[in-house]
Amino acid sequence: MTDTNDTNAGGGAEGPDDGPARRRRRVIGTPPATGPALAAEDPREAAEAGAAYPGMFHARPEKEQRSGERWASVAFLVAMVAGIGFFVAYFAFRIGEHAPEGSATLAARYSNFGLGLSLAIALLAIAVGMTIWVRKVMPHYEVVDERHDPPSGGERREFGDYFMKGANESGIVKRPMLRRTLLLAMVPLGLAPIVLLRDLGPNNIEVLRHTAWAPGPDGRPRRLLIEGTNQPILAAEFDSPGSIITVLPEPDPGEDGHEGHLSLTEQAKAVTLLIKMRPEELALPPERLDFTIDGIIAYSKVCTHVGCAAALYEQTTHRILCPCHQSTFDARNGGEVIFGPAGRALPMLPLAVDSEGYLVAVSDYPDAVGPSFWERGPNFWERGNEHLDPEEGS
Amino acid sequence: MSQPTTPPKALGALGTYLDERFHGSSMLRTNMRKVFPNHWSFMLGEVALYSFIIVLLTGVFLTLWFRPSMLEVEYTGSYAPLQGVMMSEAYASALHISFDVRGGLLVRQIHHWAALIFVAAILMHMMRVFFTGAFRKPRELNWLIGATLLILAMVEGLLGYSLPDDLLSGVGIRLMQGVALAVPVIGSYAQMFLFDGEFPGEAIIPRLFTVHVLLLPGIMLALVGAHVLIVWIQKHTQYPGRGRTESNVVGTPMYPAFAVKAGAFFFFVFGFTALMASVFQINPIWLFGPYTPTSISAGSQPDFYIGFMEGSLRLFPQWEPLIFGHPLSLSTLIPALVIPGILFTALMLWPFLEAWITGDKRQHHTADRPRNAPTRTALGVTGITFYGVLLLAGANDLISEIFYIDLYLTTWIFRVSLIVGPIIAFIVTRRVCLGLQRRDRDELHHGYESGIVKQLPSGEFIEVHQPVGADAAVELRSKVASEPLEIRTGAVDENGVPDPRTRSPLGKLRGAASRWFTRDKVDFDEHDGGHGDGHAAVEEGAGSGRAAVSSGPSDKH
Repeated sequence: MTDTNDTNAGGGAEGPDDGPARRRRRVIGTPPATGPALAAEDPREAAEAGAAYPGMFHARPEKEQRSGERWASVAFLVAMVAGIGFFVAYFAFRIGEHAPEGSATLAARYSNFGLGLSLAIALLAIAVGMTIWVRKVMPHYEVVDERHDPPSGGERREFGDYFMKGANESGIVKRPMLRRTLLLAMVPLGLAPIVLLRDLGPNNIEVLRHTAWAPGPDGRPRRLLIEGTNQPILAAEFDSPGSIITVLPEPDPGEDGHEGHLSLTEQAKAVTLLIKMRPEELALPPERLDFTIDGIIAYSKVCTHVGCAAALYEQTTHRILCPCHQSTFDARNGGEVIFGPAGRALPMLPLAVDSEGYLVAVSDYPDAVGPSFWERGPNFWERGNEHLDPEEGS
Repeated sequence: MSQPTTPPKALGALGTYLDERFHGSSMLRTNMRKVFPNHWSFMLGEVALYSFIIVLLTGVFLTLWFRPSMLEVEYTGSYAPLQGVMMSEAYASALHISFDVRGGLLVRQIHHWAALIFVAAILMHMMRVFFTGAFRKPRELNWLIGATLLILAMVEGLLGYSLPDDLLSGVGIRLMQGVALAVPVIGSYAQMFLFDGEFPGEAIIPRLFTVHVLLLPGIMLALVGAHVLIVWIQKHTQYPGRGRTESNVVGTPMYPAFAVKAGAFFFFVFGFTALMASVFQINPIWLFGPYTPTSISAGSQPDFYIGFMEGSLRLFPQWEPLIFGHPLSLSTLIPALVIPGILFTALMLWPFLEAWITGDKRQHHTADRPRNAPTRTALGVTGITFYGVLLLAGANDLISEIFYIDLYLTTWIFRVSLIVGPIIAFIVTRRVCLGLQRRDRDELHHGYESGIVKQLPSGEFIEVHQPVGADAAVELRSKVASEPLEIRTGAVDENGVPDPRTRSPLGKLRGAASRWFTRDKVDFDEHDGGHGDGHAAVEEGAGSGRAAVSSGPSDKH
């Protein structure tokens, strides 16, 4: 920015007058000829001067102002044209059901370009025009304002005295019973909003321990259904090592013979990874082998860190990786954590095969799935359990 | 051509009308000439303010179509790949805004970009305020308001991108649930209350919506108002310069020049946001699909301002001890709550801590040059480094993928950098500041290097040093005035008895902190006293360290 605030050039169309030059005597310091002018203010002189602020009315040369006016006007005209372009774009680009068949994404993109670019140009052109206006047409100067001193000690005391006088007058100082009972009256009202929030949710946290894998009302173990297709899985057909699928429990049958449905909330807890390995690849203690069927092993898909879906599986190393924070679990040895922040192993779902050869869950997960919570307690193996008690999981 | 001196009739009548009712003309006149000092760094706060306005405007538009409901519906809108898919009403209405409302996608993208710019501008603005010491008395309370606004802006943004209920935003909500569960004793209940039962339930999006569009914006609007009002009352700080003192403020008057400049700047911010929204895609929710707890997309990243918490969660190692049979999820609690808690507490307490350390109770209206407060500047860079490492660590999976580095190796690199990086940053920044101060001192006393090389009759080449200009001298001298008035370490009365306050453990700590904060002082006045050639020779002949040490005290007294 070039600030050519030569005081003598302050004439131009405003008419040369020696006012500014005279008032320059009030200037603090001596600004260089090319620097911004700096002046003290005197309100009386403000009244005299034609300028908004006295002592520093240094207009730019008329030529500069005229060119500034022209360029600013050009910018404003561009803004107007672009603004009209915005309306044109609004009506010209048809989107949604009015878009040509099968090109909704493209139509939305073109509409976005048209509307966005015209809007951006209109806004930016106004900004440019205003900037030219300030920098080329308006005089550039700085004014000085005094800061007010902080209140003196005397004033502060005065306020304190006044405050105490009022307090004494009100009687609240002298009469403790009044004061204390008032405070007592406030306590229940202060707590009321907190009590009112009680119905935000149930406090039955035991539900956190159970999932939809628990056997249904008829006591029959639930089949594993492939997520998406809802097909049960024949143990014999899930036989290629390294395979992995996401499974959900078979829902309770719906009313009136309708197909059962598992809510998102149930899915969020029950979602399970089913992995097939060669039996010799499993490195489980013998008691945990009970949970597997011929190298087929099932882990909760809910990461024990903060609950993301631990969805990535590396076939060669049999590692399960959660993409959120990279907790890595070893699928061979019971889902133990081998890297990352997760606090404990992925729970294992005890598997069996029903009379028709389909994979079923013997019981619910013996441990709570997902992130740990305060009431969770030690996990199934830490509790010293070696064999699943069908009663316990449910 | 003469200029009109009386306002147009209508304006004059309005002025009279208002003045007769509110008696405001004198107040108006004072405020119209309100002085705003000029410096590019003072616009960062303005960017934050303007992007906040943009977010408010566009947010209102979005609420006209957005339905904060988790009711499952079948999508029938015009985005073909998802037609017939079951999804929440929230997601369906967000798709509707993107594909079936003209300008909907644009406004959604402006809203999101402006939110990012808002937080980024707050961060930059806070750095400016921190490094120039503009948080000092009398502005400590406004610093607190600003820090509160930063936290609220981050929460507000997090809630905002959780609302569309796409796969990415659902993962964010899942994280909130996981963190809530990790809180000891009350965590499980807090989660139940938050979600009206279990995750995801059907309540969380309507609840987040109310907080996002009503509660937080209301609080933020009030705080932004208070923030600006306090700046107005206290008047802006200014950088040191000629004619600028602690008792005045020099700059452009509000009316007309600053108002037009600020108006132009608002249009620049809005214009650039609109430009970004039209050419840079942000949060293409239709590509993620509806949220389902059974799926996740790899490379899930939050918005940048939550990135440091994401990184912190990724770096922390496994640690979940059992306390009397209760699991304590330290590997969630520490990175998600304790570390941000420490960062923000330190940020908010710093003005008070620094005042306590330096014993400085003066009013400060002149901005420090960062080099002139080396310890503060170094601490600031330390904090930024810590934050920066966490932020990068939040993208370690992408870094691993793009640069072909082993994923676990990136985690280890970031774990080590998180400890080592800030220490190095502190030492280096401090040394750089002190070096810059020494250069300032040399410039002040020996002039600046003019670039003119002269050959002496003896054949020697020298570079001519020229004295610095009056403006530069004021700037260079500003260090002296900014130094702490009372350094507690040597609080000794005239009889040589130390101040009893310095003997208590707290007093000793304060003394130590004060020594640490002000050590390695570069003394500008040393030169003023004895600016003889001999002394200069000692200073410049830096090899003879002993001579410099022995000459020090005699010079001062």
